[in-house]
Amino acid sequence: MESAGGERLGRWLRLGVRSALTGIAAAGLAITNLPLLAMAIVALALSPVPFLGLALVPWTMQLVRMRADLERRLASRIGVLISRPYHPPPERGLPGGWQQFRWTVTDPATWRDLAWLAPGAIVGLGLGTISFAVPLYGLEGLTLIPLWVWMGSGWNGYGMIWPIESLADGLFSLPQGAVILVGGLAAAPWLRYVTARFARLFLAPTRAAELRLRVTQLTVTRADTVDAQAAELRRIERDLHDGAQARIVSLSMLIGLAEDLVERDPKGARKLLAEARAASGTALVELRHLVRGIHPPVLAERGLDGAVRALALSLPMPITVDIDLPGRPATPVESAAYFAVAEALANMSRHSGARAGSVLMRYADGALTMVVADDGDGAADPAAGTGLRGIERRLAAFDGTMQLSSPPGGPTVIAMELPCALSSPRTTPFSGTD
Amino acid sequence: MRVVIAEDHALLRDGLTRLLQAFEFEVVAVIDNGPELLPALLGHKPEVAVVDVRLPPTFTDEGLQAAIAARTQVPGLPILMLSQHVEPLYARELLSTPNGGVGYLLKDRVSNVREFVDAVRRVAAGGTAMDSEVISQLLARREPLAVLTTREREVLGEMAEGRSNAGIAAKLHITDKAVSKHINNIFTKLDMPPSDDDNRRVLAVLAYLNA
Repeated sequence: MESAGGERLGRWLRLGVRSALTGIAAAGLAITNLPLLAMAIVALALSPVPFLGLALVPWTMQLVRMRADLERRLASRIGVLISRPYHPPPERGLPGGWQQFRWTVTDPATWRDLAWLAPGAIVGLGLGTISFAVPLYGLEGLTLIPLWVWMGSGWNGYGMIWPIESLADGLFSLPQGAVILVGGLAAAPWLRYVTARFARLFLAPTRAAELRLRVTQLTVTRADTVDAQAAELRRIERDLHDGAQARIVSLSMLIGLAEDLVERDPKGARKLLAEARAASGTALVELRHLVRGIHPPVLAERGLDGAVRALALSLPMPITVDIDLPGRPATPVESAAYFAVAEALANMSRHSGARAGSVLMRYADGALTMVVADDGDGAADPAAGTGLRGIERRLAAFDGTMQLSSPPGGPTVIAMELPCALSSPRTTPFSGTD
Repeated sequence: MRVVIAEDHALLRDGLTRLLQAFEFEVVAVIDNGPELLPALLGHKPEVAVVDVRLPPTFTDEGLQAAIAARTQVPGLPILMLSQHVEPLYARELLSTPNGGVGYLLKDRVSNVREFVDAVRRVAAGGTAMDSEVISQLLARREPLAVLTTREREVLGEMAEGRSNAGIAAKLHITDKAVSKHINNIFTKLDMPPSDDDNRRVLAVLAYLNA
């Protein structure tokens, strides 16, 4: 109990001190807004000048953007997420920097950045200084510095007492300092938060910019999905053409030959028919494998729960399966979720050297969460193989995401999230019979 | 022997009916959908039923659900499941209903008429018929089986499919005596209680593989 309280106090103290220190750093940073603003004004004023103006504006704005990006990053570190609002850069085209110039000045985000520079500097400098100076003033009172100064000069005060006229007045700076220090440390994180929220007013994408970013992202994932689907169809076509189709051709040839032989050479015909049966068996095996790769029958029959359990049964190591879903997602989403888990499990049994693994699936807040973990060697690298990248692409088609944690030495944890709606649970036709 | 058939595919339904009639089975009911299956199984109490896993109207696993429900109400009601694909998960569920008399085969196996009819008769007699693909999937994931020799693993696989000693001997081209010897070794190595009863032995092996 006591150690938990001590831990909480330590956390509070660390947060306060860190906020005070980043506050003063941010105040210093805020000052750089002013030369940047001056440079931008000069560059814009010079923009009619041939050559120089066209080059100067984009270059200056690039600096402004770097500064704004820094502010966005600082804000996101304290939990205020600000995404980048800029238009994607133009492809190489017209010479002379005209395109760069146009790209910069037609982006509303450029003007919002500029509008932020002056007020951002005031807020950053003001609140940053306060968040650092107040705790410092508290510290001054605590260390009784006002007392020593009074003794030297005879004219000094602290907090509510101006000037200090006796030893008691001087010592009274101690409790005052304590209160000011605690108040300052408590206010510092809050001041950082206010600064970040203020920056977000200017630096976050507008509704239109947000939609544009979303369209860009959808275009990319749609292209990926279409590519993947086309490749998948080509693979199925090839498998059918070279596999089952070819076997059925040879099957019908064998039957035709047997038909021809049946009266002249019944024994030979019987042998051919046995061969034909074997060929049909092989064709069936190939078709079954193909079907499993397109949409596993057990997934159609049992949904994610049964299909993942069946999958876990087929792996050499024991897999703990914990799935609790109130219904079934739409078929395409279900299929994406299944293949993502299947790929993660396949990666695990191929590369990780794990002795045991687990799959957890839950549905909450409009999203399906899937966690695949193992006790293997770790150090899985999404860049190294196509497996993890494939999972990401499958999920991205439905706005899903994947996160990987795999330190060297393990354990590896793959957390996947897929936004979707669930249908009401399937009613089993025989559940109500007794 | 009285048999109920449940299969939604008209061609396969007729084929199965003709095939079983040719081997002197009396087909008492032919069902083509899930909801009618359970009443038919409970009403006719056939000596054996041949049931497709996937049936209308939902085309999921209604046949299997009906079979499990029927076997829960009539323990030991012999049912042979057929499917286009096999899942060890389903085999495990079927085997968890009491008293043997279950089978689970790929539809492909029907093409070997003699073996298929043999499997139907075995199930009707309270025995077991598991598809070799189920068994090979179960064998693949069991590391302790490494203590067995290749021959012993083959015998174990055949035994798990539900074959008797004589059946195993014929399949592997070895003598009955050799089969008994291998089986004794297997039970000793895997630390399982020996049993003379064919059927109980098969269930023990399947339980071991499914654990």
